Amino acid sequence: MMKMRSLLWTTPMLLFPAAAMAAEGPDTGDTAWIIVSTALVMMMTPAGLALFYGGLARYKNLLNTIAMTMVAYCLASVIWVLWGYTLAFGTSMGGLVGGFDHLFLSGISVNSLSGTIPTYVFLLFQMTFACITVALVLGSIVDRMKFSAWIVFTILWVTFIYCPVAHWAWGGGWMGAMGALDFAGGTVVHINAGVAGLVLSILLGKRLGYGKEAMFPSSITLTALGAALLWFGWFGFNAGSQLAADGVAASAFLVTNTSAALGALAWMTAEWMTTGKPTVLGLASGVVAGLVAITPAAGFVSMPGSLVIGVMAGLIGYFSVAKLKGMLGYDDSLDAFGVHGLCGIWGALATGLFASPAVNEAGMGLFYGNPGQLWIQVVSILGTAAFSAIGTLVVALVTKMITGGLRVVEEVEIEGLDNAQHGERAFEIQSV
Amino acid sequence: MKKIEAIVKPFKLDDVKEALNEIGIQGMTITEVKGYGRQKGHKEIYRGAEYVVDFIPKVKIEVVVPADQADAVVAKIREAANTGKLGDGKIFVVGIEEAVRVRTGETGSDAL
Repeated sequence: MMKMRSLLWTTPMLLFPAAAMAAEGPDTGDTAWIIVSTALVMMMTPAGLALFYGGLARYKNLLNTIAMTMVAYCLASVIWVLWGYTLAFGTSMGGLVGGFDHLFLSGISVNSLSGTIPTYVFLLFQMTFACITVALVLGSIVDRMKFSAWIVFTILWVTFIYCPVAHWAWGGGWMGAMGALDFAGGTVVHINAGVAGLVLSILLGKRLGYGKEAMFPSSITLTALGAALLWFGWFGFNAGSQLAADGVAASAFLVTNTSAALGALAWMTAEWMTTGKPTVLGLASGVVAGLVAITPAAGFVSMPGSLVIGVMAGLIGYFSVAKLKGMLGYDDSLDAFGVHGLCGIWGALATGLFASPAVNEAGMGLFYGNPGQLWIQVVSILGTAAFSAIGTLVVALVTKMITGGLRVVEEVEIEGLDNAQHGERAFEIQSV
Repeated sequence: MKKIEAIVKPFKLDDVKEALNEIGIQGMTITEVKGYGRQKGHKEIYRGAEYVVDFIPKVKIEVVVPADQADAVVAKIREAANTGKLGDGKIFVVGIEEAVRVRTGETGSDAL
């Protein structure tokens, strides 16, 4: 795995920074691509996710949803450069969490290298992943969480949940050491966020009127535009995770696009056959489902693998939000668990099936003669899900104590969070 | 004096307005309203969550005319707003006791 490889290069370099800088400079091609990728992934949170989620929230909570997304990006950005990066990528403490050697980015200079790119670029790229992961969680809880509680939750969750899990997979922790394959964040980002969302939504309870009154999305147009921006940004997310401008990055780009397209087509078809109409929301959701599922597999699977991954992602996503959610009865408002959690699990398993040594010698799945990989993937999924579930519960309960409750009062929920929490309205439409 | 209240399909508003202008009706008041009658609502499904939309947008037109013009106005509105499908709307005629023009204080039919 490229992330591991670059880490192995990073560690000795950081012990002897002067020697490393003398040896060689960064690869300019790799550096340029990862700088661009970082900017692409950045856009996914305050633009892509904000619109995707904002359009799905009710009209009276659209701005609150955008505000939560944007503030999550800002908070996680600052946490990352203060203590987040070192907790994820500092010298490993027993494979569980990074040490404090890079607290406030100490020990890193303009000449520091991570693999072939400057460490500043590497840590910024990784920062955008921390930002989007915590922002993904809010999909489960829109329409009812206090803004102050969301801020406290974000700070605690990035610190105590995201950073350790990122360390496990990419920072020299136990999951990477065990050989778990997670190219761009199936476990770290999607399963982690999806499970956290589920726990938080159960803790908060259902929205007032859930299942009884109609809860129309404020704008499917915004949601579709958000999905398109996520798709665009995901090329940086997946192809950038190679941390180099090379053939594996190109292959990751190829399978990412294929899986997204097939996810959308599969979701649309399933919906068309079961409810009679191919909806725009179905297409947009299918795009995201396909992108989520290919994320852990992007640098490991070949094109034929991505066909199966994409189709299955669209079907799993559709049936989990349209059928499973109703049967289980939780109110995951915008389906962070249904889409990110479950399609993330599918992607992590599929990586254990389809990883092809012809694409990337770091990964060999069941279909290429390595059944043990599938078991390793299962362990990494269970480990991430269990830690995320328990950790999120603890973090949420601590948040509740600090902010005097997680949920807005009933009048605020009825009035809408845009006006009650922010004193603004998303639209001013003069009707006559 | 009579007040004609017509609830019609929104896209028929301009046709009704022009038809009434043709017979010399100078003013009207409109309101955007929602309701349902024989035309049933419709169903929208978002990620499997099914919402029935009962109330359909309509426009309510109110015109007050001298009593002898009422039948002509009703006929014109009916003609202009008719598509032959369910949901074309309804017309109600009610008596009006008095009318006053705010600017001049004229009353009765002179105020219309």
